[in-house]
Amino acid sequence: MPEITLIEALRQAMDEEMERDERVFITGEDVGRRGGVFRATQGLYDKYGPDRVIDSPLAELSIVAIGIGAAMVGMRPICEIQFADYIFPAFNQIVNEAALIYYRTGGDWNVPMVIRAPYGGGIGGGLYHSQSVEAFFAHRPGLKIVVPSNPYDAKGLLKSAVRDPNPVMVFEPKKGYRLIKGEVPPGEYTVPIGPAAVTREGTDVTVYAYGMMHYYVLQAAEMVAQRDGISCQVVDLRTLVPLDTKTVLESFKKTGKALIVYEDNRFLGYGAEIAALLSDEAFEYMDGPIRRLTGPDRPGVPFAHTMQDFYMPNPDTIADAIRDLAAY
Amino acid sequence: MATDLQTAHQIDDTGIDLDDQTLLEMYWQMVRARRLDERVWILHRQGKIAFHISGIGHEGVQVGAAYAMRRGHDYASLYYRDLAFSLSLGLTPLDFMLAVFGKAGEPTSGSRQMPSHWSSRKLGMLSSSSPVATQVPQAAGAALACKLRGDDRVVIVTLGEGSTSEGDFYEGLNWAGVHQLPLVCLVQNNIYAISVPVHLQMAVPNVADRAPMFGIAGAIVDGNDVLASYRVMREAVERARSGQGATLVEAKTYRPVPHSSDDDDRTYRSRDEVEEWKKRDAILRFQVYLRERGLLDDDAIAEIEERVRQEVDEAHAAAEAAPYPPPEDTLFPVFAPDDGA
Repeated sequence: MPEITLIEALRQAMDEEMERDERVFITGEDVGRRGGVFRATQGLYDKYGPDRVIDSPLAELSIVAIGIGAAMVGMRPICEIQFADYIFPAFNQIVNEAALIYYRTGGDWNVPMVIRAPYGGGIGGGLYHSQSVEAFFAHRPGLKIVVPSNPYDAKGLLKSAVRDPNPVMVFEPKKGYRLIKGEVPPGEYTVPIGPAAVTREGTDVTVYAYGMMHYYVLQAAEMVAQRDGISCQVVDLRTLVPLDTKTVLESFKKTGKALIVYEDNRFLGYGAEIAALLSDEAFEYMDGPIRRLTGPDRPGVPFAHTMQDFYMPNPDTIADAIRDLAAY
Repeated sequence: MATDLQTAHQIDDTGIDLDDQTLLEMYWQMVRARRLDERVWILHRQGKIAFHISGIGHEGVQVGAAYAMRRGHDYASLYYRDLAFSLSLGLTPLDFMLAVFGKAGEPTSGSRQMPSHWSSRKLGMLSSSSPVATQVPQAAGAALACKLRGDDRVVIVTLGEGSTSEGDFYEGLNWAGVHQLPLVCLVQNNIYAISVPVHLQMAVPNVADRAPMFGIAGAIVDGNDVLASYRVMREAVERARSGQGATLVEAKTYRPVPHSSDDDDRTYRSRDEVEEWKKRDAILRFQVYLRERGLLDDDAIAEIEERVRQEVDEAHAAAEAAPYPPPEDTLFPVFAPDDGA
């Protein structure tokens, strides 16, 4: 089976969905002739032309709003925001419009669109090229949110997102674009939006993660298995909204100890919701405190590499946290 | 009445190709919207409904615009004052009454939205919301879809002059210019954004002065002249339909009532100003014109008023009698089910 990078998996997903469905088009800054600043849409402009791969003006609000309007009347737009840090001009259109249209029209209108953006730190991007923004959007009912951690899921989830009749936000861990490689079957497949994935079976500690952090969690889980004999149950959430509460709870009941790893700011980050869910619905199974390992409460990942390294969880800090919890 | 209008503007019917029946129908639409609107004000002052945001004063530009588009074919993305526009597109007085009462069976949102938040897939009305101007780039997106698909639909989007200060307005019209979209942006300039007068809203005398910055056509029209409004909108719609791009149409009009039932316009303008503008009322002017054309007389006017009153009474009674939505309707789903389309 061929092994490809995360970014190539995303590109293939878009290519295949464009080929399959003429309603699909892509817009965003530099997506056309440049092929995307990360090359996520490389080759698609030549293949499909300027009417289907549209270089947008430098205006994120409009990138999303154009998508909303086109989606309402039957197209399937894929709207790229160049960096998740720049999504905020479009915030009103996303949380007050896209998220509400189905509900506020009693189902008469829907918005089948994809908003995709690279997120996360570790690439020397500083305060405005490294942010995690999923918590802002996960809070608003009406938006589906997926965060792939590997090429197989990235391709499958993006294809599902295009076919979903709702607004789906796809946050792609940019540090993993070329770093994370994996096997992807050559034929047609999708990964359903919703189900989380148990990526390692274990009995001592359950570790929840998504995106780049999941990649590190797998490394940490292997380390603590080898050196400390700690057996980790690892859950790759993959879909943040709608949350797979069944898998989250079942995986917790196996161990009674939960560590939630996310690179976003600690306070009110996505993992806080997992913690609340576990303490509410799995209280009798708790064998230790519900812990979170996160970025600090500072508004962005600093540029200097010493500070960047301090900010980001990594396999060593994750392993320390696992050991701590296992020993409780 | 004719004496009062000597100082006001006459109806300009240059180049109008509408037959008598259509002219009378347009008059009826304007009266119908006005009487329905007036009835809802009464209901509010009686304490029977919680909120009303009115379109009184705007009937000329709205009916003119609605009749200039291909209803049932083109898309309309409207704003909260567009009662006359919506009725012309096929919304019924009962639909509107259900919304103001917040009753079950309200078709645009199941009474989840406040009234006057127009929406209907069947009638080609895109869903509208409360944050202003968000509809402009969305309408541009719908127009982009029409262009990409090669269908000959046009998208009309409306808003007030205050809303043109929002960034959404600029970003939407910028796309319309860059991609020569089949879009008509109709700004209904009624001089006040709630209480803020237009000279505090913009430094240019006309909203349409901004059209060149987007690379699109601009037009200014007397919004209280239903036929002039029809003509200008017709030109803009045909320009869009023939692939020649977008138009920013500014209709000059006036809002003789407060912004909404929660507003008190005595705090920011004189009664004299309001009374002056009432002399230039769109319905009054059109009535005088139709009388002069021999299409209306006292009997015909009375017959229309009676017909309209009956329709308003029926809608009012039916809505008042209708049940409220069950509380659990709050939990309508936020996601469309996957139908594999």
